Amino acid sequence: MARELIKGNVAMAESAIRYGLEAYFGYPITPQTELLEHLAKRMPELGRAFVQAESEVAAINMVYGAACTGVRVMTSSSSPGVSLMSEGISYIAGTEIPAVLINVMRGGPGLGNIAPAQSDYNQAVRGGGHGDYRNIVLAPASVQEAIDLVGLSFDLAEKYRTIAMILADGSIGQMMEPAELPEMRPIQRKDPEWATNGNPNRPRRQLTSIYLEPHDEEITNLRLLKRWQDIQTNEVRYKEYYLDDADYVIVGFGTAGRIALSAVRAARAKGIKVGLLRPITLSPFPVAVMDELSQRAKAFLVVEMNTGQMLDDVRMAVRGRAPIEFYGRPGGVVPFPDEIMSEIERMTHAKLNSQTDPRMAWLERALAR
Amino acid sequence: MVTLIKPTFAMEQNAVYCRPQAFTDVSTHYCPGCTHGVAHRLIGEVIDEMGIRENTVGVAPVGCSVFAYNYFNTDFVEAAHGRAPAMATGIKRVLPDKVVFSYQGDGDLASIGMAEIMHAAARGEHITVIFINNAIYGMTGGQMAPTSLPGMKTTSSPNGRDVETQGYPVRMAEMLAQMDGAGYVVRRSLHDPANIRKAKKAIRTAFEVQQHGLGFSLVELLSTCPTNWGMTPVDALGWVNEHMIPAFPLGDYKVSPAVAQIKF
Ligand SMILES: Cc1ncc(C[n+]2csc(CCOP(=O)(O)OP(=O)(O)O)c2C)c(N)n1
Ligand code: SF4
Repeated sequence: MARELIKGNVAMAESAIRYGLEAYFGYPITPQTELLEHLAKRMPELGRAFVQAESEVAAINMVYGAACTGVRVMTSSSSPGVSLMSEGISYIAGTEIPAVLINVMRGGPGLGNIAPAQSDYNQAVRGGGHGDYRNIVLAPASVQEAIDLVGLSFDLAEKYRTIAMILADGSIGQMMEPAELPEMRPIQRKDPEWATNGNPNRPRRQLTSIYLEPHDEEITNLRLLKRWQDIQTNEVRYKEYYLDDADYVIVGFGTAGRIALSAVRAARAKGIKVGLLRPITLSPFPVAVMDELSQRAKAFLVVEMNTGQMLDDVRMAVRGRAPIEFYGRPGGVVPFPDEIMSEIERMTHAKLNSQTDPRMAWLERALAR
Repeated sequence: MVTLIKPTFAMEQNAVYCRPQAFTDVSTHYCPGCTHGVAHRLIGEVIDEMGIRENTVGVAPVGCSVFAYNYFNTDFVEAAHGRAPAMATGIKRVLPDKVVFSYQGDGDLASIGMAEIMHAAARGEHITVIFINNAIYGMTGGQMAPTSLPGMKTTSSPNGRDVETQGYPVRMAEMLAQMDGAGYVVRRSLHDPANIRKAKKAIRTAFEVQQHGLGFSLVELLSTCPTNWGMTPVDALGWVNEHMIPAFPLGDYKVSPAVAQIKF
């Protein structure tokens, strides 16, 4: 297929259709709305299910119902809406059924604003709802990657009977870029052995998330964790840029990672040996590569559009073996490559200490600015 | 310890009363004399009579009937508290040829799930809802429900429901009948055999409405909770007749003209 200029939200919506989306349930919220609007037009045209729900609570529970039948189903929202969905996310996790959720993040907490942010990292990678479970979380840094990750998220959700969430910041949803959509795939409706689809000539099936007997719930929690172990072993994804000989390693995901790449290129032009690690799976987090890098890097710089959420995962992976610096722009502010360039230069000159708290050190600098 | 009549007994030839095919071979966890069991039985009989057992997906609520899925021999899912109509919507939209019903209590449907039920009706979802109104939260031990009567003593209205501070009972059938998407909305009672027969006919009609694609259908059933009302099962049936029916009048609140044409 040819490359075309396409907006991120529309691209993710159309990609989902082409990867066989059979049902979509959602509720309007900026900066995600074009995704819902595109599906409002396209899904009925194709004879597929589309419902604008009365709330995100209802939307995710419609997803829950449709997911129980074994079809490809999705919802999308932005931060405040995802908070409302956390009930359903937890139930879907507890029922062990596949579903895809796209969060086009905005600034928060509260109503926040509609500018691009990465402030839902913790909510996404730590599960979001109540109970003992984890979600697969994928972070695109371009419209093309968003298109591709939509397809991957369906496959992963189905393979592991879990939720796969695409955590895109508002700029991925809003920007237009040349990208290539996949071919239209015919819908292949499957009959997974667990699906409550009312098919005749077999014993009845039930799907539930209630295990009144604590030992049964314990077994369920262990089963979920075992599955998570497989996901961690098989599904970690990330991109490396200029890391082979890098003294300094920048870690950033999504838009922050992309902006950091511009800064890395500029720094390389000045002869600074710096590289970028851009996690694509935020959960499972790319621990092994971080582990390897922390044995040879002079220092790390974590760049995020929040006050340092992935930073904690980096700190856990590095385990004090190298100093870590942090640079963040929270609240919907998008950093410029120059700002990150200055951080790289500061890092190469400063006396770094792996004992200082990178978030608090950054806060002092940020407040003094 | 309750002695159970072996189901095989009823299965013997010439039996005049047996377990519906739509039931599984287990005994329920409901308290003695609770009319949840009667409501289940009526749904099971209707599913049998319509021959839809293998085409039906049920949605259980959060409430005493959370384990309804153990008792029906059909596919079943268990929803979050109040969200059964949304879950049923998700199922029905991808499986329009299947019969989808939810079974919900009054806390589930009229309190936490008020938005989901109203909008399922407004959208005219082709689902059937069996709504058990027992004027109390059974499962959590007898707290006030949105349907508790003025003055009714519950564990969260220990001095009786004070309408000044705790509001008035919610009449769901009347409200849902206002939704253009609703094809059939009625209220029946389970307090005596004559009313139980009428309830069964209404449940059958509601499922037929779905089969004929005539919109949202709901049967509200006035039901007992002897345990949390602190009454014997017999007194509880009497209390439905004396106190609940005046507050929740029985009747047909919405029967769209096409529904009247259905023959079964
Ligand atoms: C989100 C949430 N809030 C509260 C509860 C606790 N809870 C369980 S059942 C119930 C009330 C059920 O009452 P009703 O729907 O009237 O059904 P009944 O038990 O009377 O049949 C409540 C409040 C819950 N499970 N989930
Ligand atoms: S607590 Fe009430 S509603 Fe629940 S099973 Fe017992 S009698 Fe029935």
